[in-house]
Amino acid sequence: MKERTGPQGIVERLLAANAIVVYVFLYAPIVLLVIFSFNDNNNVSIWTEPSLRWYGEMFRNDEVMGALRNSLVVALVATAVSTVLGTALAISLERYRYRGRGTLDGLAYLPIIIPDVTMAVMLLIFFFQAFGILDSLTGIRLTTGLHTIILAHIAFNISFVAVVVRARIAQFDEALEEAAADLYATRWQTFRKVTLPLIAPGVAGGALLALTLSLDDVVVTQFVSGAGSTTLPVYVFGLVRRGVTPLINAVSVVMLLASMVLVGVSLGLQRSAAGRQKVLTEPSVVYERAT
Amino acid sequence: MERAAVELVGVTKRFGDDVTAVDDLELTIEDGEFFSLLGPSGCGKTTTLRMIAGFEFPTEGSIRIHGNEMGLKPPNERPVNTVFQSYALFPHMTVFDNVAFGLEMKKVSKADVEARVRRVLDQVQLAQRADARPSQLSGGMQQRVALARALVNEPEVLLLDEPLGALDLKLRQNMQYELKDLQSRVGITFVYVTHDQEEALTMSDRIGVMSNGRLLQVGDSHEIYERPTSRFVADFIGDINLIDGEISGSGSVRLSNGVEIEIPAGHDQSGSVTLALRPERLAIHRASDPPSPGRNHMKARITRRTYFGDVYFYDVDAGFDQPLEVKEENRPEIGTHDVGVEVTVSWTPDAANLVTD
Amino acid sequence: MTGAPVTPELEKGAERAESRRGFLIGSPASAYLVLFFAIPLVLVFVYSFASRSSTGLTVLEDWNLDSYRRLLDPLVVEIFVRSFVLALITTAVCLLASYPFAYYIATRGPGLRNVLLILVMIPFWSNFLVRTYAWRVLLGSDGVISQISQALGGESIRVLFTPPAVLIGLVYGYLPFMVLPLYAAIERLDWSLVEAARDLYADGWTAFRKVTLPLSMPGIVAGSILVFIPSLGAYVTPAILGGARTVLMGDYIVSQFLAARNWPFGSALSFAVMFVMLIAAMLYFRAGARTL
Repeated sequence: MKERTGPQGIVERLLAANAIVVYVFLYAPIVLLVIFSFNDNNNVSIWTEPSLRWYGEMFRNDEVMGALRNSLVVALVATAVSTVLGTALAISLERYRYRGRGTLDGLAYLPIIIPDVTMAVMLLIFFFQAFGILDSLTGIRLTTGLHTIILAHIAFNISFVAVVVRARIAQFDEALEEAAADLYATRWQTFRKVTLPLIAPGVAGGALLALTLSLDDVVVTQFVSGAGSTTLPVYVFGLVRRGVTPLINAVSVVMLLASMVLVGVSLGLQRSAAGRQKVLTEPSVVYERAT
Repeated sequence: MERAAVELVGVTKRFGDDVTAVDDLELTIEDGEFFSLLGPSGCGKTTTLRMIAGFEFPTEGSIRIHGNEMGLKPPNERPVNTVFQSYALFPHMTVFDNVAFGLEMKKVSKADVEARVRRVLDQVQLAQRADARPSQLSGGMQQRVALARALVNEPEVLLLDEPLGALDLKLRQNMQYELKDLQSRVGITFVYVTHDQEEALTMSDRIGVMSNGRLLQVGDSHEIYERPTSRFVADFIGDINLIDGEISGSGSVRLSNGVEIEIPAGHDQSGSVTLALRPERLAIHRASDPPSPGRNHMKARITRRTYFGDVYFYDVDAGFDQPLEVKEENRPEIGTHDVGVEVTVSWTPDAANLVTD
Repeated sequence: MTGAPVTPELEKGAERAESRRGFLIGSPASAYLVLFFAIPLVLVFVYSFASRSSTGLTVLEDWNLDSYRRLLDPLVVEIFVRSFVLALITTAVCLLASYPFAYYIATRGPGLRNVLLILVMIPFWSNFLVRTYAWRVLLGSDGVISQISQALGGESIRVLFTPPAVLIGLVYGYLPFMVLPLYAAIERLDWSLVEAARDLYADGWTAFRKVTLPLSMPGIVAGSILVFIPSLGAYVTPAILGGARTVLMGDYIVSQFLAARNWPFGSALSFAVMFVMLIAAMLYFRAGARTL
């Protein structure tokens, strides 16, 4: 590729040292957490002997399992819906021109910029108001629950999916779609046989991002969930605020493992993908486009 | 009577209020001919091609293919196929699947698809690489896949958008012969867009020269080169000398340097005119040589000589604002002339064209 | 489809049909965003002018500016300034640590580069809550860090529940957001420019200062905004690592909706914070970035 006049000698070694420090900084907490989750001791930080005790406790704990199930349901539904909507939005914004497109473009970016606290506040007020109006108009009383969590997650995920997919579409040669039409494909056939396969890494990257954000989310979920509909991060968050227990360590490690598995799966999927773009570093594609 | 392959009547394309990409185009392309649209970038040739293909619609006008009005038909409903400048090969499909794409869209039977794709791949000598991906092929091979992918559908008209632009010189020249050959064998009407005049001149049955959205002249290679009707066409194709003058009689013109010369009678011009003379139609004689009969003569002085190996180019100052360019073959019988020497330049009256602006 | 000569009206009709199609494709998403984002946003704005009843319920009458006036309260200002400064410091620390790091990765060969990038991304893809919680384990009074210092003969350090703990947590959480844009900007650099500088007698450091650094500025700006904005509104990290003593904006806003039950004031606070972030984001766009 390009020739590099990289830094030489002592500078080079300092940079390498800095890099090592950063990687240690990034991974040490995670590694230590994993190690301590196998600790037999009640006290979180003092090491006694390895045991799977806390993992067993975790799986027997109804609250934890319930929260886990909720998290999965919410994440899967929210990801599915937001990936479809977000991809459609990306295509609409990137390939077409119409009145109001600029405003929609701006609107689509806001959820990314807005802090999750504000998002949580917005949706809390919204559901409160909406349920109130519904009640006074029809007498139907709705409350918050899994459904409101899902609706909330979709709300912020659409934009993230759209951004990632848009970056991918922008790299896509429009002539390919013209060529398909030239070869007698209808719009739908063009989409199915040419466009979709080629933006698939972007769609997958967006979906992975949405899944991660959904599984990570604490504040928004906390505000719009009701009794009996807590998700795992919110549950853990509540536990943590009350104090650290080894149970939390075990739960945390399982959550960590889950994300690692996700990452591993997408890495594996990439190997067989035709596109050169790596799903994992899709966000960096977005940053590349931005800078 | 055979219907013309492509007819453009009053075709105009405007973008917004201020940009007119194609201005009132009238053009008939005959069945089975190799027709080139030639012009500099931005002249509207690609837009015209895209309108025939259906990727753009005209703002007004009529486009007919074998008599059928295309109107607002989308590209997938038109009996034409395009070879794109960037080839636009589907990167996620093999060569075979790329070429088979159009046939599959038309629901041709698998057996037929197999047979037709294999046959056309043979025609472009790519049978070996049917299972390769486009990214594994060289530029020249990709180009042939693009060609095969279009031809296999047996379109009524084949549209080619500067298909050889990305290839290096030797390859481009080879492909030019191959394309011309292919066209005469297959017999399909080719509409070929290019900015390269050499390509247009060597490959086409007829050429349409465009500039600023207007079709300036249509004719075969000889007509375009030897008988340009406008300044632009004369200048765009090859090298040209443009000399201003005034009509001073039915068969004569007084040039801006004062010399009076003969032109073929039978023109309808009067007042100021411009003459277009190809450098190779001018000859340089020693000042002492007697004038040759039937030729116009002018005194001049050599100001520069450039050696190109096979030819010499001379700049001669004949009293005009710009020097005249003269091209002479590098042959011993013709001899060379030194810079600074006083000479005479001559040409036959029919070598000069009266051109409009 | 029609097979008739085209007129300007027909062409316009075709263009409008195309536009309509584009609009329709995006309409489910845009309808969703309007309903679940734009309207809630407007509601927050409306609520910030509302009143609070004695029982803590929001009353949508007696519109006033009380909530906004309260923003100027010394207590509120103090919280805001504290959050702002913390976000700035977080951004600065991230930048200082990430730049050499991104530079290092960008100057490796292509194979190694990808591996290094993925190694940075893996923590990013891991659960945010868990990563932050891990620091709680490390920083407690009998956490690992404390144990190490005790083993070295020092006393028990408790970093937890202090501002530095929050700083560490924020830096840890948002470091990848700084690394990626920096990496992208540096990787994109035209190194022949650096070579040209060297050719013109600049030494390594000067070449860096006058060529590399300015040209990587878009990446610096992008990364800084991407770290600053979430840091300013951070809630989870300070909640886990900061304890009750250092109150930051995120927690202050949340408490208005849970404990204190003052929704109008909470709305005004949210709006104020969002306003600051929008300004930051606009600076970001102004600095030449085309998309986020």
